[in-house]
Amino acid sequence: MSEISITHILFVSTALFFIGMYGLFTRRNMITMLMAIELILNSVNINFVAFNKYLYPGKLDGVFFTIFIITIAAAEAALAIAIIINLYRSHHSIDVEDASELKY
Amino acid sequence: MSHYSYIAFIPLLPLICFLILGLFGRKYFKTFSGTVGTFSTLISTLLSLYTAYQYFFIEGKVNGIFRNITALKYTWLQFSPNFSIEMGILLDPISVIMIVIVSFISLMVHIFSLGYMKGEERFATYYAFLSLFTFSMLGLVLSSNIFQIYIFWELVGVSSFLLIGYYYENPPAVAASKKAFIVTRFADLGFLIGILMLAFYSGTLDFNTLIERLTSTQSPEFIQISSATFLGVSMLTWGLVLVFIGGAGKSAMFPLHIWLPDAMEGPTPVSALIHAATMVVAGVFLVARLFPVFSIDFTAMQIVTWVGSFSALFAAVIACTQTDIKRVLAFSTISQIGFMMFSLGVSKYGGENGLGYTGSMFHLFTHAFFKSLLFLGAGAVIHFTHSNDIKELGGLRKMMPVTHISFLIACLAIAGIPPFSGFFSKEDILIAAYHSSKLIYGIAVCTSALTAFYMFRLYYSIFWSKDFHNHGPLHGEGTLSMKIPLIILGICTIFAGFVPVSSFVTSDGAPLESHVDLAFSAFPVLMAVTGILLATYLYKTQNNRPQVIASSLGNIYKTVYSKFYVDEIYLFITKKIIFNSIGRPAAWIDKNIVDGLMNFLATTTENISALIKGLQSGKVQNYALYFFGGIVGLAALFIYLLK
Repeated sequence: MSEISITHILFVSTALFFIGMYGLFTRRNMITMLMAIELILNSVNINFVAFNKYLYPGKLDGVFFTIFIITIAAAEAALAIAIIINLYRSHHSIDVEDASELKY
Repeated sequence: MSHYSYIAFIPLLPLICFLILGLFGRKYFKTFSGTVGTFSTLISTLLSLYTAYQYFFIEGKVNGIFRNITALKYTWLQFSPNFSIEMGILLDPISVIMIVIVSFISLMVHIFSLGYMKGEERFATYYAFLSLFTFSMLGLVLSSNIFQIYIFWELVGVSSFLLIGYYYENPPAVAASKKAFIVTRFADLGFLIGILMLAFYSGTLDFNTLIERLTSTQSPEFIQISSATFLGVSMLTWGLVLVFIGGAGKSAMFPLHIWLPDAMEGPTPVSALIHAATMVVAGVFLVARLFPVFSIDFTAMQIVTWVGSFSALFAAVIACTQTDIKRVLAFSTISQIGFMMFSLGVSKYGGENGLGYTGSMFHLFTHAFFKSLLFLGAGAVIHFTHSNDIKELGGLRKMMPVTHISFLIACLAIAGIPPFSGFFSKEDILIAAYHSSKLIYGIAVCTSALTAFYMFRLYYSIFWSKDFHNHGPLHGEGTLSMKIPLIILGICTIFAGFVPVSSFVTSDGAPLESHVDLAFSAFPVLMAVTGILLATYLYKTQNNRPQVIASSLGNIYKTVYSKFYVDEIYLFITKKIIFNSIGRPAAWIDKNIVDGLMNFLATTTENISALIKGLQSGKVQNYALYFFGGIVGLAALFIYLLK
């Protein structure tokens, strides 16, 4: 079994990133947007792991960063869901279009 | 030094009283604020008298000459090791005599006001202002340096402004207070420049040092100030003339006299204190304070002389035609201050030649008594009749005996009839004028004859003439507190002339022999008696002779009655010339250019923000889009442009 080249892995991560981006801009449901953000974060994680493996095989720095990002993503998800719940309580909706009072 | 520290309380007590009454008076001292004010002034008066006793009889004289004592000195602002501004107390014959006059007249006015101002809504405020004035005036006369005198000079200006505008619901009073403030402030500009010039060249502000440096013709300061010229006139002359302009403004000398007649809108006791006896002589006091310097400069002395003598005659002529009691007295004040001024102007420094100086201070002393008595008497008349137009008054001698007698005494004194006080002081002035210039002497004698005439015109019009028609219920002549000052001042007016002022107050401190030259005084007294007799003929009973004379003079009478149209000239200059050619362009620049610039900035900012405010849409996804757009932009920048 031949080794998978870095190009393939970067292709996957780039695809994942733009899928996440697409989701973030097109969805109106906040939960979906949160999921899109998770996709973006994971594409970054893949990049870290891939570069760590191919460029600095003896080191673990990239892996550490990945673990950090996973931790932060968890915290961020908790925070975002708390915000969404509060928004639902006050607006009876989790649609971003309905929460656009904070403007000029 | 320390045993003089009690002198500091003379001005400080009224200041404390002002603070207490000003802050808490209307709430806590509504009824007895007058008593508080009077009591503090009483203590000041007693301390002043004690100071005068100490100075004149015990400590002041060294080898038969009264010296200047710097009683207290406190460095206030230290600019450099050689130059500082100090606060201090200077005792010399004129400051000692002035604190006695100021505190005594102030006490009389405080007592008189207890009755006169009774029931006023702002009774406590009135007394607070009176105390402020007393403090400032006492501070002024005790000042040990020229900068300190300037501070107090402005303070008396402010308190005068406050008291003229006391009836602030009355538009003429407001206008008069503004006029007084602006005119004197304008003159004070000259004073300030004069101070700066004198201080710059002499390198000091302290009176003693300044006089010492500028009078010794050998000193480098004197050589410098007299050799530097501006427009062909030496800096010394400029400095002194500018200082004199300040003094002329405060002392209502022509052509800066216009504020004083209007200042009569204030309460009458205030006129007695400020606009007759004390503040208006500040200009005379200032010239006297710098007299050694003035006396070596011929031009400045000539200006003082001619401004003084012209004002004396000019005001006396106007006073003959006025019909408002207080305005007659105001013009008479201008005239009498003119006497003091030219008396200083004709005087020389030292010895017998310094008689004019002595005469001026003597006249200041006696004038304070009889003029405040006249004003308080006028106040009593106004209080009794509620009118101050002499056409409506008459026949009050039976109803107001005390006022009548005291007013008569004061009229005789101001007319210069022996043995009343005005005679002696005027005599000294006339002798000094006679020895200096016959023309000045002629003006002075004419003026004193006119003085006798208009004072007795006033006297007869108020107390004789027609019978008094009372409208409505009459109350008595006035409360006891109003009569007591009249009686005390009347006694002072009779006897003040016998005070041997010449042995205390002289230009160089050495006592002079006082003497009355009967042959000399016969002519002026004769002139004064003629004036009185003429007034008796015209005004003692009601008749049409004054009208006949007035109509035969026609336009001359009208011109004099309108005060030579000086007010109109001022109005023309200010309204037509200054407002139109300076005020309006300045207003246009302010409105269009200064405001325009600010408005342009504001509208531009507003327009730009209206254009871009749509960016803040409130939609989270838009923000994310900008964010990623920004990152893409930056990436493009770094990759393609900033390689």
